[in-house]
Amino acid sequence: MLRRALRLGLGPGLLGRGLGTHREGSTLGKAEGSGGYRGSGVFPISSHVTFRTRGPGPRWEDSGSLGAGDWHGKVSEIKKKIQSVLPGGAWSPLCDTSHLPPEHSDVVIVGGGVLGLSVAYWLKRLEKRQGAIRVLVVERDHTYSQASTVLSVGGIRQQFSLPENIQLSLFSVEFLRNINEYLAVVDDPPLDLQFNPSGYLFLASEEGATIMENNVKVQRQEGAKVCLMSPEQLQKKFPWINTEGVALASYGLENEGWFDPWCLLQGLRRKVQSMGVLFCHGEVTRFVSSSNHMETAIGEKVTLKRIHEVHVKVDHSQEYQPVECAIVVNAAGAWSGRIAELAGIGKGLPGTLQGTKLPVEPRKRYVYLWHCPQGPGLEAPLVADPSGAYFRREGLGNNYLGGCSPTEEEEPDPGNLEVDHDFFQEKVWPYLAQRVPAFETLKVRRAWAGYYDYNTFDQNGVVGPHPLVVNMYFATGFSGHGLQQAPAVGRAVAEVMLEGHFQTINLSPFLFNRFYLGEKAQEHCII
Amino acid sequence: MAASGASLRLVAPVWNRGTSGIRGLSRSVDPEGSQRKGRTLLQFLADHFYDVEAVREYLLQKQVLKVLRKNRSFTYIKERYGPYVAGAYFILKQGGAVKFQDKEWMRPNGRGLSGELWKLWEVPIEAVDASGCAINYQGLDNVLALKELQSLSLQCCPHVDDWCLSRLHQLANSLQELSLAGCPRISERGLACLHHLQNLRRLDISHLPAVSNPGLTQILVEEMLPYCEVLGADGAQGLKLRPEEQSRHTARSPVPA
Repeated sequence: MLRRALRLGLGPGLLGRGLGTHREGSTLGKAEGSGGYRGSGVFPISSHVTFRTRGPGPRWEDSGSLGAGDWHGKVSEIKKKIQSVLPGGAWSPLCDTSHLPPEHSDVVIVGGGVLGLSVAYWLKRLEKRQGAIRVLVVERDHTYSQASTVLSVGGIRQQFSLPENIQLSLFSVEFLRNINEYLAVVDDPPLDLQFNPSGYLFLASEEGATIMENNVKVQRQEGAKVCLMSPEQLQKKFPWINTEGVALASYGLENEGWFDPWCLLQGLRRKVQSMGVLFCHGEVTRFVSSSNHMETAIGEKVTLKRIHEVHVKVDHSQEYQPVECAIVVNAAGAWSGRIAELAGIGKGLPGTLQGTKLPVEPRKRYVYLWHCPQGPGLEAPLVADPSGAYFRREGLGNNYLGGCSPTEEEEPDPGNLEVDHDFFQEKVWPYLAQRVPAFETLKVRRAWAGYYDYNTFDQNGVVGPHPLVVNMYFATGFSGHGLQQAPAVGRAVAEVMLEGHFQTINLSPFLFNRFYLGEKAQEHCII
Repeated sequence: MAASGASLRLVAPVWNRGTSGIRGLSRSVDPEGSQRKGRTLLQFLADHFYDVEAVREYLLQKQVLKVLRKNRSFTYIKERYGPYVAGAYFILKQGGAVKFQDKEWMRPNGRGLSGELWKLWEVPIEAVDASGCAINYQGLDNVLALKELQSLSLQCCPHVDDWCLSRLHQLANSLQELSLAGCPRISERGLACLHHLQNLRRLDISHLPAVSNPGLTQILVEEMLPYCEVLGADGAQGLKLRPEEQSRHTARSPVPA
């Protein structure tokens, strides 16, 4: 009974047309006539009243039984309530969900640092049709207070030992040089990366000299402009260096230097937002996946997993949103290991493919800024001592940035980003002062700490899909040279996702399989 | 319920168009309002926002392509006539001037390039004046191939930036005079890589708007290049007085204070 009455009252034509008339005035083409409003069963209004336009005062007073202006608010409320009951409506009846990510997304990128944004950029750039792929970037800290990108020293070099690393760096430097063509947004000012093309200077002792020579040969083959210098040439060129203990030095002449990583991050963010990528402020807490038991060609049983949903939890709240997705990209930097564990990577017997964990963990590194009035001049490159200490100039005011990677035994606890000043006194300053005598009188002004997404296996990045969790892709583990390779790695991962294989730079040595097979792609030049 | 849902959804877009509908209503109600041309142009642009944005992107792209086209490499000329003629052709095409060894300055005349350019394929170039040319990172290839270049002037070149300066180390053996005055994109970071040019004797770094601290930069550059005379922001250093100013100066000096 009630239902029939409701159906009569909320009949398709009447309610819709009635409400439409109410809002729109006479522009709503009405099948039933010339604008007469027939009252439906819901609204207690006399049927002979016609409403032409929305809102002008005197007309409303004609209605008689209802107060002026009240009508409009009530009607929209009722409309909203009805729409909320209907399936598929975006409006949730309980609360406002505009701060939550969308319910569906084709690609979910975990981590909004430079690598995650680079993957998002290249995905949108290489997609076959504009707007074909919906991308969501989930970042849990929009101030980037602990992100490795913004805390890094910002150097870029081609002096690596692996050809793949050199190619990645060469493409990235070309990207940075033409950044205003790649990341141009209409009406926004051009980006100024503050690039210092001063180069890197690696010093090698007797033991490291042959390795350095071989590395330089590989670098030259790939197209990097590097020159080798003897201690005498070094002394002549940079008189402030003490060449004691140095047997050979390699100096990058072009395309090497340092830049502002925050500017790159903001440029990518702005461009990627203009291309339609959605950003979400939240933390990934769970993956919902399904398993398929399959057999390989030779009859081995293997379980393939596919992630269906990503649960994104809002900060300081228990609220979460399950985002249905097709592909998940793990670009979480120092916390990639945790994300991989959530996806079930590494849960199995050690020694099997199921039991191979992602060997990326956060390692804390300190950077110190000091002032030295008699220090090296404007021509100083980024100098890397054989002991591992490095420094570079910062600005015009004789300030210098530097640090040193600790040995395995002295690794600081990565629980927080507190700076240990004694580390500078004992482990960094002696080597710096020995290499550059002017640094005996220096004064530390500031210091900070940042994380390396350290790959404990071979200190090189992990790129590409996981063999068992078929729709999780990695772009992480670069152990301190992620920023300088980010544009090229983003392109490579986007190519694997869209085409299925690497097209421009072949990063097969960096796939996940190597951890199980034990094939190290060892990089020797790590600062 | 579902049927009413469908009609509600039909109605919903109409709600969104409600405001333009009202405007449309006002237009039909008030015919003289449409005669206010400014208002309808603005409305037209607002309605076609993405089209206008696409047109602007296209125009911007055209400008970028124009610069790239000017800086293309002339490989045929380089193979046939050698790097000196190719470099000279490039500079003359851009509107600059070239001086071959023991010859006069060659400038592009209105009719085109003079025929004697093609006969100079063995003569090295000693000076290039590329002031105001649209030379960029790629186009600099042609200049860097001139291994006996002694004087290079890149005054007021709009596309020469720090990246271009980092390539100049290839001319370190011969370059003695370099002028970068007035280039809008050069900053002190690019000037830092001029230390490779050990034979440089004259450097002009005046009027660089992107340098943050011109005085300090000049001091640091002078320290970096001890044998080089650096013309900086104030411009008074080492300026040769023009002949009429010089005579005025000499005329005035015997007058007692």
